[in-house]
Amino acid sequence: MNTKVDTEVIKEPSMLKQKDMIAGNYDRLTSTRESGEKIVSTFVPGNLNELIMCFDMVNNLPETNAIQNGLRKQSGAMIMDAEKSGHSEDVCTYVKADIGMMGRGNIAPNGKPMPAPDMLLLSYTGCFTFMKWFELLRHEYKCPTVMLQIPYQGDGKITKNMRDFVVKQLKEEVIPMFEQVSGVKFDIDRLREYLKNSAKAEDDLVWVLESGKNKPSPIDAYFGGVYYIGPIFTAFRGTEDAVEYYGLLRKEVEERLAAGKGPITPEGDLQGEKYRLVVEGPPNWTSFREFWKLFYDEGAVVVASSYTKVGGLYDQGFRHDPNDPLGTLADYCLGCYTNNNLPQRVELLEKYINDYQADGLLINSIKSCNSFSAGQLLMMREIEKRTGKPAAFIETDLVDPRYFSHANVKNRLESYFQMIDQKRSGASLAAA
Amino acid sequence: MECFIGIDLGSTTTKAVVMDDKGQVLGRGITNSRSNYDTAARVSKLEAFIDARLSLIRRELDKEPALAGRVDDVLEGLTRNFRREQFIEQLGDLEQTCISNVDGPRFAGMEKPIIEALTETFRRLRDDEADKLFAPDAQRKSDFFRDIAGSRFMQIGEEVARGGGVSFDHLLHMYDKSIIEVENRPPSGDMNRKFVSAMERVRDEIAGELLDTAALEAPIKVALDVDMKERYVVGTGYGRVRLPFPKEHIRSEILCHGLGAHLMYPATRTVLDIGGQDTKGIQIDEKGIVVNFQMNDRCAAGTGRYLGYVADEMNMGLHELGPLAMKASKTIRINSTCTVFAGAELRDRLALGDKREDILAGLHRAIMLRAMSIISRSGGITDQFTFTGGVAKNEAAVKELRQLVKENYGDVQINIDPDSIYTGALGASEFARRAVMEA
Repeated sequence: MNTKVDTEVIKEPSMLKQKDMIAGNYDRLTSTRESGEKIVSTFVPGNLNELIMCFDMVNNLPETNAIQNGLRKQSGAMIMDAEKSGHSEDVCTYVKADIGMMGRGNIAPNGKPMPAPDMLLLSYTGCFTFMKWFELLRHEYKCPTVMLQIPYQGDGKITKNMRDFVVKQLKEEVIPMFEQVSGVKFDIDRLREYLKNSAKAEDDLVWVLESGKNKPSPIDAYFGGVYYIGPIFTAFRGTEDAVEYYGLLRKEVEERLAAGKGPITPEGDLQGEKYRLVVEGPPNWTSFREFWKLFYDEGAVVVASSYTKVGGLYDQGFRHDPNDPLGTLADYCLGCYTNNNLPQRVELLEKYINDYQADGLLINSIKSCNSFSAGQLLMMREIEKRTGKPAAFIETDLVDPRYFSHANVKNRLESYFQMIDQKRSGASLAAA
Repeated sequence: MECFIGIDLGSTTTKAVVMDDKGQVLGRGITNSRSNYDTAARVSKLEAFIDARLSLIRRELDKEPALAGRVDDVLEGLTRNFRREQFIEQLGDLEQTCISNVDGPRFAGMEKPIIEALTETFRRLRDDEADKLFAPDAQRKSDFFRDIAGSRFMQIGEEVARGGGVSFDHLLHMYDKSIIEVENRPPSGDMNRKFVSAMERVRDEIAGELLDTAALEAPIKVALDVDMKERYVVGTGYGRVRLPFPKEHIRSEILCHGLGAHLMYPATRTVLDIGGQDTKGIQIDEKGIVVNFQMNDRCAAGTGRYLGYVADEMNMGLHELGPLAMKASKTIRINSTCTVFAGAELRDRLALGDKREDILAGLHRAIMLRAMSIISRSGGITDQFTFTGGVAKNEAAVKELRQLVKENYGDVQINIDPDSIYTGALGASEFARRAVMEA
């Protein structure tokens, strides 16, 4: 095998920066009782971080808490707790991990208890479970709750009506509720400043994501990608910190590219890119390292993924626009990957396979995600038909460790990689 | 002669196929996987080479006019006497191992009588029993050394112990301690020598019937003189990572099954394989290249184990299920796809007074419905359709499959090869051949 990874682990400046940022936000969240700051809970797709900052509130994202607990192997027990309290085995495991976390005193990754949120902001961007989840949280916390209804792109486009509807809700419901809870008056110029920062960071993020078009790719746009999207998808879009982070990251990737290096893996630089994949669906978090290893051990690099677009499709041209602050927030929410219809998702994945010269499509279908797993087999067949490239389908879960079967996933991935080999050598392997 | 070998390490059995440089299958071998893949791989390969040698012998015998009409008898005799030689060789190994195990404080002072008793037991096994076990019409319940040797050892050992004033427990202890060691040490002696001895015994068995013994010996010698060189081995199956060879020599069983089915039936486009622990729906192109596949995940309902479980629940042998289900006059609907729940439904149905055969027909339908769902996920059935794996030997399962295929996909040619258990190993051997011939 020509694929080899160096074993020395080097933390790059961007990694250290991100670590500090995340730790800082958790510290801010867990010390609001002392600082007097107010917490708003919201979701990654449709996350209105710039707006939240306008009211000096701290952003808490239950999904990322579930991911943190998954990565730290805490989620399994939390999910079982939630099941004991009556939530079915088939319910989204992010929800159950969150409910289980509350039952255990809502301890944040820094070991301190997370205070109850002061407000719930539900940006409804295509996942119906979010609505039920916040219904449960509202019942638990009995705090002010506002729902921003984002019309689904059922016809694959954003109309003026849809946009106006979102802007109207921002003006008439969301902003007034923020003012009421925070006691801070809305200042649109402050929003403009944050949006300027967002656009700057977005430019650099897009540059990084598109570096996957190079051969070999200097990044893994899935296993590495989930780290790259961290700041912009969470509590940092619009901050100076995010601008700095993406500047650092871009510089690092530029250097990797110039040096002809492959992506960073937990075991060092990947050398000898063998397969270029486009991946649809989130990764498995509870066995994240093992899952990743199944790829880099075989020299498989993910050059583009749809999961890194759930919090905004920046690579397709969208940028936060300081000249139209509320309109741009509406466009952002309407355009999230989660709010796209099936034909749009097919088109995007097809485009990625072509633009990134990928060998094929891999779908990691999430067992407990009814919203996005529906239709994935159809998408796969359509993309196979359009691109002529082989596709494969694996199934795991987000944060439920019971649904990651290493032997099964390994078997399928190996079969898939060998299928790609076979396709490549095509005629020469033909039967006599 | 250059030989290319494919080994399929399944959860239940390990299969090997030996192929020549033209892609002709020379031999097949099968053994229990016995949770020891190294041994299983070696034993199955050895068995396949024995089978391959017999193929070469047949080719030569077929050319000999004096043997016209007798070739099958000669081969039967040759195979049987070869097994006898193998048995005696392993018996010798077992004897040595038993004797070397007579050691330690427990046997202090008793070594001599124990060793004498062992020697006598093995002498009788060798001199009296081997001929009986391998006589022309003798029925052997199993071809595995452990089974054949074990049953006779118990009886003879007890007699010898009684006569020699030694506790039979000691002999039994030696046997138990040694059999696994011997079993995991495949017979390594010279294969040709055993074939020559076997040939001599065949000659004696049929002496008088055959005027010209040279007509028998010459072709066999020609075949034995062929040097079968192990050129390249490809491994597949769940145990493939345990195979003692480099990564390049390992292929996924999905690809091997696809290619194997293609070699058996070149017009195959869809393959269904139902094995012990998984069910695979595979789509292949006109060259046998896999274009898509789906497998059962997180749940083994609808695999071969399902039928094994049902057989246990009904206190029947696995191979009795199909024939009984074929006697059904109606098919009871079984809703559960879960193996364990289907067991509960089975008991419920029995309690309600339904007939065993009708319930079994329903269970066979349930397993096939599950398979159909996996096939649909992989892209449906395109003519021709090839069904492989252990469950393909079950006539009731095949009957349900035929019906479901007709209902859902119309008239499709369904191929089922009696040797379908070797499909994965066959594909692997072809990958081995291509790795060298098309390099």
